[in-house]
This record gives sequence, C-alpha cells and structure tokens, in this order.
Amino acid sequence: MTRKKSFFDFIAENRFIHILFSIILGFLVGAIFLAVMGLSIGAAYGRLLGSVTSLKGFSYVIVYAVPYVVAGLSVAFSFKTGVFNIGAEGQFVVGSMAAVCTGILGASLPKPLLIPLCFLAAMAAGAVWGIIVGVLKTKWGINEVLSMIMFNWIAFYLSNFIAGIPAIKNEGTAEATKNISENASMLFSKDFIKSAGLAPTANWGFIVAIIVTLIAWFIIEKTTLGFELKAVGSNRFAAEYGGINVNRSILTALAISGALAGLAGALQVMGMGKRISIFTSQEGFGFAGIVVALIGCSNPFGVLIAGLFYGALMYGGSKLNLEGVPTQLISVIVGTVVFFIAISVIFNKFSGIHFGRERGANGGALKAADKKEEKK
Amino acid sequence: MAKQYVDMNTPVIEMRNIVKRFGDFVANDGINLTVHKGEIHAILGENGAGKSTLMNQLYGLLKPTSGDILVNGKKIVMNNPRDAIDAGIGMVHQHFMLVQPFTVTENIVLGTEPTKGVRLDMDTARKNVVEISERYGLSIDPDARIEDISVGMQQRVEILKALYRGADILILDEPTSSLTPQEITELIAIMHNLVKDGKSIIIITHKLKEIKESADFCTIIRMGKYIDTVDVDQVDENDLASMMVGRKVTFKVDKPEQTPGDVVLDVKDLHCLDYRGIEIVKGLNLQVRRGEIVGIAGIDGNGQTELVEVITGLRKGTSGQVLVNGTDVFNKSPSFGFAHGVSSIPADRQKHGLVLDFSIEDNLILQNYERDPYAKNSVLQRGPIFTHASQSIEKYDIRPSGSEKRAAGTLSGGNQQKVIIAREVQNDKDLLIAVNPTRGLDVGAIEYVHKYIVDQRNKGKAVLLVSFELDEIMSLSDIIDVIFDGRIVASIPGGEANENDLGLMMAGGGKKA
Repeated sequence: MTRKKSFFDFIAENRFIHILFSIILGFLVGAIFLAVMGLSIGAAYGRLLGSVTSLKGFSYVIVYAVPYVVAGLSVAFSFKTGVFNIGAEGQFVVGSMAAVCTGILGASLPKPLLIPLCFLAAMAAGAVWGIIVGVLKTKWGINEVLSMIMFNWIAFYLSNFIAGIPAIKNEGTAEATKNISENASMLFSKDFIKSAGLAPTANWGFIVAIIVTLIAWFIIEKTTLGFELKAVGSNRFAAEYGGINVNRSILTALAISGALAGLAGALQVMGMGKRISIFTSQEGFGFAGIVVALIGCSNPFGVLIAGLFYGALMYGGSKLNLEGVPTQLISVIVGTVVFFIAISVIFNKFSGIHFGRERGANGGALKAADKKEEKK
Repeated sequence: MAKQYVDMNTPVIEMRNIVKRFGDFVANDGINLTVHKGEIHAILGENGAGKSTLMNQLYGLLKPTSGDILVNGKKIVMNNPRDAIDAGIGMVHQHFMLVQPFTVTENIVLGTEPTKGVRLDMDTARKNVVEISERYGLSIDPDARIEDISVGMQQRVEILKALYRGADILILDEPTSSLTPQEITELIAIMHNLVKDGKSIIIITHKLKEIKESADFCTIIRMGKYIDTVDVDQVDENDLASMMVGRKVTFKVDKPEQTPGDVVLDVKDLHCLDYRGIEIVKGLNLQVRRGEIVGIAGIDGNGQTELVEVITGLRKGTSGQVLVNGTDVFNKSPSFGFAHGVSSIPADRQKHGLVLDFSIEDNLILQNYERDPYAKNSVLQRGPIFTHASQSIEKYDIRPSGSEKRAAGTLSGGNQQKVIIAREVQNDKDLLIAVNPTRGLDVGAIEYVHKYIVDQRNKGKAVLLVSFELDEIMSLSDIIDVIFDGRIVASIPGGEANENDLGLMMAGGGKKA
C-alpha cells in the first residue's frame, strides 16, 4: 500500500529540510538577480562566504548575530504562546534606550553592578512595553497587532526624544546620545582582541545569548509556566476550562517576550553600538527577530542557529559592494527564504502526506482529512 | 418498511470499487454502492470508517483514487460540487450552511436567484419556493428569517434548497443529530414523501433505530472496507451494530439499584444571560445527590448550555446560588470550582476538552500540571507524567496504544473522548458533569462512555448528564429533569419516562410537575 514518496512528500515531512530547501531557493533567486544584472554569481557568493569564514569574519558574524538571536527568541516565545509579538521592534528600542541611559547615568558604578543593572533596566522597559499592549488586549479586547505597531512608533519617537535630553545627548555635534560608560561595556579587552585577531567589537554578548537561549528553552519545554502559556496559545478555551487564568497567561507571555526584546536592545548597545543615534527610520532589529524566529521554527536552538545565519548574511552582505554587488541582494535572499517558509502549504498540497501523515487507530487521519476537505 | 417506491430496475447511483487514498492511508478500500430510484439507502459505519469520505466523493468534494461513479447509468467525473449539482445530486450537511439574517426564500434561491433584468425577482422566487414546499409536503413559512426558526425547520430549508436546484438524489449527513423526537418523525415522513415522488435518498448515520424506521437498504462500512449491503427488513438493530463494529455490542446499561445520598450539587434560583445579553436561565432550581445520575432533557437553546457554563465557572450568572458540597461556586473561576469538587466532560471536546496540539500525556494533566508528582518546584516531571499517561491509556483503552507522546488531534473522536473521560474520572471529584458525552461517537465508543458514567454513579459520585439524545437520557438517568425556557419544568424518575411525554414537555407542552 505504500506509495513511492515524492519530492514534495520529503519536504513536507521534515521541517528542517523544508527550511534548508527554502534557504537554497533564496540563494537561487539571488543568483537569478545577479545574472540579470550581469554580475558574477561566483564572485558575489564567494565574497559572501569568504567574508564570514575567516576567524575575524566569523567573530564579526557572532557580534552581529547576538541581537538577532535574542530578538528572535522574543518573537519565538510569543509564537509558542499564541500571541504574535510584532512589537518586538518597539520593545527593542525602549530596551536599548533604557540600557543606554543606565549606562550613561550610572557611570560611577562598578562594572559587575552596572552591567546587570543595564540588563534589568532594558528588560523592565521591554516588559512594560509588552504589558501595556497586553492590558489593552485583555481588558478591552484591542487587537494586539494594531497596538503593537503603534507602540513601535511611540518607542521610536520616545527614543529620539530622550536622545535629545541634555543629560543624555552627545556633547559634540553628533545627533546621538553620549557613549555608555566603559563600566557598562561588554567588549573583550583590547589586548585580547588584538592578540586573538578578532573583530574590534567582539564582546561577551554571545555568552548571554546562549544562556538566554537555554533559559527560554527551559521555560517553554520544562516548566509549568511554559505548559500553561503553550496551552493558552494552542487552545485558550480548553486552557480556561482546565482552570488556567488565560488573561494572566497572555500578560505573562507578553511581558517575557517584551523583556527578551528589551534585552536584545541592551546587548546591541552594550556590545557594538555604544550609543543610540537620533534615527530617521526604524532600525528593524525587532522585525528581523520575526524573520529569525520563522527560520528557526520558533525553537530556541533553531533560533540560535537562524540568528547566526542572519548575522552572517548581514555582515557578509555589507562586504558585497567590494564586488560591485548592491547590498540589497541580501534583502532579496532573505525575502525569498521567508516567502518559501511561509508557503509551506504548497508543499503540503503537492505531497498529500499532510492528510495521511498522522494516523489514528481507526482513521483519525481520515477524519482530519475530511475536515480539511470540507473547509474547501 | 415496504419498498413500495423502490424501482429496482433503475439504479440512479452506482459507485464501483471506490478506492480513496490520503498519502499511504486508505480511507475507502473498494467500496460498492448502488442506489435505486425511489430508495432510501443508509450508509452505516463507525466514526472514521469512511462514510463521509465516500459521500464527499459522490458530491464532488473529493476525487476517488480509483473506481467509477455512475449517475443514471452514465459514468461521470466530478471535479467540484457544481458538477454534482448539475448531475442532480444534492447534499444536506450536518452543520447547516444557511445565512442567518436572510429569509427562508432568500436562502433557498441563494446563488440561483431569478432575476428581472438586473433586479432580483423575489416574487417569482417566493412562488417557486411555495410550490416546491407544497409538492413535497415540506410546509414552511417562506418569509421567516432563519434565525427565528427551529433547527428542524432549518433542515427543511436545506432540503428545499437542494430540491430547488433540481436534486433527484439527496445525501443527508447525520440528519437527526440535533432534532427532537417529533422532528425526527416529521423528517422520516418527509423522506417518504420524497421517495414517493421518485427521488432517492442516501442518509449517513450511526443511529440504528432510524435506519430501521426509514431505510430500505443499508450499506455497512468498517475501517474503510465494504462489509455488506443488507435489506433493512431482514436484519435487526443488533445485527447492524455487530456488522458495524465487528463484534457483539450490548445496548443495555447495567445499573444496579441504589439509594442516593447527600445533595452534592444544589442550584438555587439561578439566572443568567446568553451571549446576546438576553436572559436564558430564568430562576432554575436543580439538585443532584450522591450516587445518582440526573439527566437534563431539553431542546438545544433552552438554557442547558448556559447552566453548565455557570456551574463550571465559564460564564457569569446574574443571580442565584450554585452550591457544591455546601460551597458556593457561583461566579467563581473554573479552577475554584475544580478545587471544590466539579469535574466535567464538556460538550465540545475539541474546543473545551482538549488542547489538540498537545500530546495525550499533557492533555491528561491539563488541570493538574502544577501538582505533585507532575511538577516539582514549577518544573514538569516527565517521568511521572508519562507513567500516568501509560496507565490511563491502558486502563481506558485509548487507541492506538503507545500514543503517550502523540498529539491529541491525531486521535479519532471516540479516543479523544476517552482521553477526556480518563482525565475527569481520575480527577475523582464529587460532581461529574457530562454534556453530550457521546455526540458523534459510534456504538462501540458510546457503550464505553456510558459504562464509565454509570461507574461514577455506582461509586457514589453525583452525575449531571446533559444530552440532546433522549435515548441516552432515558437509559442512564435516575431522575430526568426536563428543561424548558430556562427552568426545570418537570422532574420524573428515570424508569417512568416515555419518549413521547418527554418530547412534549421539552417543547413546552404536556404535564408539568
């Protein structure tokens, strides 16, 4: 009775293969663009690969990846718990601003005290940004996606406003904040960087990112809190019926997700950024977090790898103009990858395996299949 | 019944050796079905046996992997329901597809409206509708709005809709699942009128009694395989049930005599509003004692759903008391009620009962995930959780065995229900509320669910049973409370009730207690 598995079956069956396939397609589409522009595909992709595989290049990739990983964890956490944290962008911004302010105003504090303080300030700011949206949702039923997008802009202008306050603003001509105190910096020592031949911005941030990945995984998979949040995310009615306080769960999920995004902001400024400029447009770390969470299948370890991949594209992409290739190529590749991940439906449609994959003893799959068919 | 209208020489539907695969799962494995002009043909099978798959192929919703479909002797290929409708096939789904604020006429002509120029010609539409409804004895008010008419009437509208589109062959999917006994009798009369006029009817059902009462022939399907087509007059309900499940089935519920104990659930003068803000429970009083099953009989929409929601803490009432062992759980949270002795088998198992994405083992601890031994210091203990699941799967015969880590959504309906029952029974609370606990289940699973409900009663628990299946209420209940218009209007000892009186009282008539 077994049918020969088609190519599409193979892809639909395995999430990892599906993502890998999408990434390959992303590069293929990128290659088409290169070919149309008359540029050398080999030279462009060679440069991309070459720039991230050297020791120095790879240390850059890690530095770039840290905020993406943690922002990705923020979004992944929200996906797992049934809210879509499109507000990670705003939480990232308030988080980074809270860290910068703490890092400037707390300059007199010793390093072991100031760094955790900056983290806490950033996480608190991000969490508050998330909770406000959560309260709007649970108290008055305001759609969280809409309010989050608005709160992204509020965060953006608030950040620009704070950056202009005399106590915070750079004394020079730069339209930016002061640099954070040396005591709030997470950079490796200059001597170590020099002797090891790393990127000048190499910092401790990736250790924090790995720890946070582990904690996120632990909370989601191992704790009663994760159980509760996932139950609400998958079926809030059954969760409520089972005695779980749904509104409290939504608030908790948004607070944790917001805190993670805020922490991502802190890691960005305490690692490579040092200060925040007065921006004319949103930086997009939080939005990148959505992409990273998607590529990482909302699995914390997947997000860690996806964040590194994204960091590599960003860093490698910045070197592309050495080959005369526009850096926008990276956006084309990322866009294509996300597109193919998002249309997983198509593989399922061609495979048929979607219907028969999980069989109940007396035809559970059939019932599920019937349902799907009825919906058409 | 006599096959007085069946024309055995004129087959209208022939499905030959139908095979339907989903991936490498075979849903229909060589099924044959022949339906003649003027015939009522029942398709009988357990949940997941492949009945709906078969009918969806006949209605163009699915395409057979192999096999032929002949309509009026001509082989046809149907790509969508439009093709089926053109071939004279109409289908009435279990869940009606009607536009609530539209009138009966508007719903019937929807999609094929007669027009005058660019304008709708509602006068002609209304005339056509009245004409068809009179022709088949389906009396109905063509100007009533769907939201104002009963479920039985809505079903008539669905049937008229199919007839209006020229259907000669009607497929009725579980047509009696939400009808009162009177409405079922009326439906059977309508079906006879239709076959008298030369129509053919296929009904999908797992209710044996109705097959006996209405059908001429019955085709039995088991696990995707064709078992047999029988002349309904030649078999009894037991034969049908055994063919359907492949083993002997007992219908009788074994229930020892027992004297009830203290009052566990005491609902006093309860009032609450429905989702529209209209009062639906209007001063309801109800008691359930230890060791008894109180069945609530009533037509959907008379307040039973809201009553249960208030008792379980999902809905806020406006006034009244809900005492469970003397503690008032009125307007408290579901977890408060749970802590004070309320467990329940919810009406909608997929919405309220289970988290379908969660594994069986996680669903089994849905209320207890924070408690020892399943969690220590807020960390889930996978060992005890798994052991608990393994034991439950074995004890409650949840199939397939070894499915501790499988998502609940992959189980069949009957096995999903077993997961909920395993959980609620093992919670060991003083009060068990079961709402339509066997809805959509086949006889094998029903037998099983009933056994566990009666077991709870025998163990001295108080059981409140809410069901739209009168047979279920009558065979299980020690006391039957009839609910009508938000109040209990009669309370009858289980042994003394008969279907007709109950049906009348449920509709607001008959004797009152």
